[in-house]
Amino acid sequence: MRYEAPESVEGAVALLAGATGEARVLAGGTDLLVQMRADLVDPELIVDIKKIPETRAITEDKGGWRIGAAVTGAELKEHARLRRAWPGVVEAANLIGSTQVQGRATLGGNLCNGSPAADSVPALIAAGAVATLAGPQGRRDLPVEDVMLGPRKLALRKGEIVVSFLLSPRPKGSADAYLRFIPRTEMDIAVVGVGVNLTVDGGGTITAARVGLGAVAARVLLVAEAAQAIIGSRLDKAAQERLEAAARAACRPIDDKRGTVEFRTDVAGVLTRRAALIALDRARMS
Amino acid sequence: MAKHHVEAKVNGDPVEFLCETEETLLDVLRDTLHLTGSKEGCSSGDCGACSVMLDGRLVCSCLVLGCEVGGRQIETIEGMAKGDALHPLQQGFLEHAALQCGICTPGFLVASKALLEKTPSPTESEVRYWLAGNLCRCTGYDKIVSAVMDTAAAMRPKQ
Repeated sequence: MRYEAPESVEGAVALLAGATGEARVLAGGTDLLVQMRADLVDPELIVDIKKIPETRAITEDKGGWRIGAAVTGAELKEHARLRRAWPGVVEAANLIGSTQVQGRATLGGNLCNGSPAADSVPALIAAGAVATLAGPQGRRDLPVEDVMLGPRKLALRKGEIVVSFLLSPRPKGSADAYLRFIPRTEMDIAVVGVGVNLTVDGGGTITAARVGLGAVAARVLLVAEAAQAIIGSRLDKAAQERLEAAARAACRPIDDKRGTVEFRTDVAGVLTRRAALIALDRARMS
Repeated sequence: MAKHHVEAKVNGDPVEFLCETEETLLDVLRDTLHLTGSKEGCSSGDCGACSVMLDGRLVCSCLVLGCEVGGRQIETIEGMAKGDALHPLQQGFLEHAALQCGICTPGFLVASKALLEKTPSPTESEVRYWLAGNLCRCTGYDKIVSAVMDTAAAMRPKQ
């Protein structure tokens, strides 16, 4: 098993594109090393992307934020300005695993692990985050909701890596929130996860919204109908009910030990409403 | 393929070792450097028995490859006591009987030290959340949490 730690995006792409056997990108390693240990993967080549400065930086980008794919949960939490601008994205990333896992786990890894229950992904989708990919043909931008196609299946082409995520500038009166349901208070995999990002005008009416729903389908969903259900409202009782119904209607979950289809669908409605209320409170205070 | 030649610092001392790609930092610490204080519990990042500091960051050494740590600083349980003088947390764990079998203890101590360096006056909730990635099947956690809380109080400068 070969290990390489290139210092440039081009170097990483060349290694991955030239690989003849199975090749894996190593960021935080909190999924990859577990999968290697369990003999689920046996890569011939591991490309560690943490020595590439672009993957490790959080920078302001024309009023928005660019977050490197290999930035850890702990680093996101410690970044006060990013946390103020995108509290939902940061709180979602911070729900992944323990303190120890937070010291290593990354946004890029959470997305590229390809789990429908990934915590940071619904929040990134709600935030309208765009992933910047680099590959043998150059760079391209892909909305986060288009990166994952299904469990462990990504839209990335051979040799392509996620370099960073771009979060656009925040309009006034705008905020996000992420909630997940697990059977305990910490250290578990989402039964349902939901990110809501919204903007309100001076009168408190919602003018824009995005809703990302996780663990209720084969991929994390962008639920346009849920956003439509609250745009133009002040999130009164009727709008909340429409939101819950739209979130539930989007669910195509599986039955497993963490929750039944019926339970997941019900919880998706409740959590979406609660996350929207938190985002609304934050938006009014922003 | 040839083994990786890695130079790093462990508890302040320069070390060099050879390792295969698939060897974890925990494998290297225990089997190559013979620092067996860090324990192997689950090998999947769930139990925290292998907790170490990597460049000042608390991590599970079972989730780090040995070949990743070139040029980096690692702190393990072996560096916690200074000679015969136990770290206050080690003393606190003894006084509170915050251990039985002892397998989880090095991980708890390394993790608790990391917490107190960042948060000298943690609430009980903060202690419990911070240590959620360290599993103990003997104590029921209360004695561990009390040990950390009391040691934190004792370590704070008196007003």
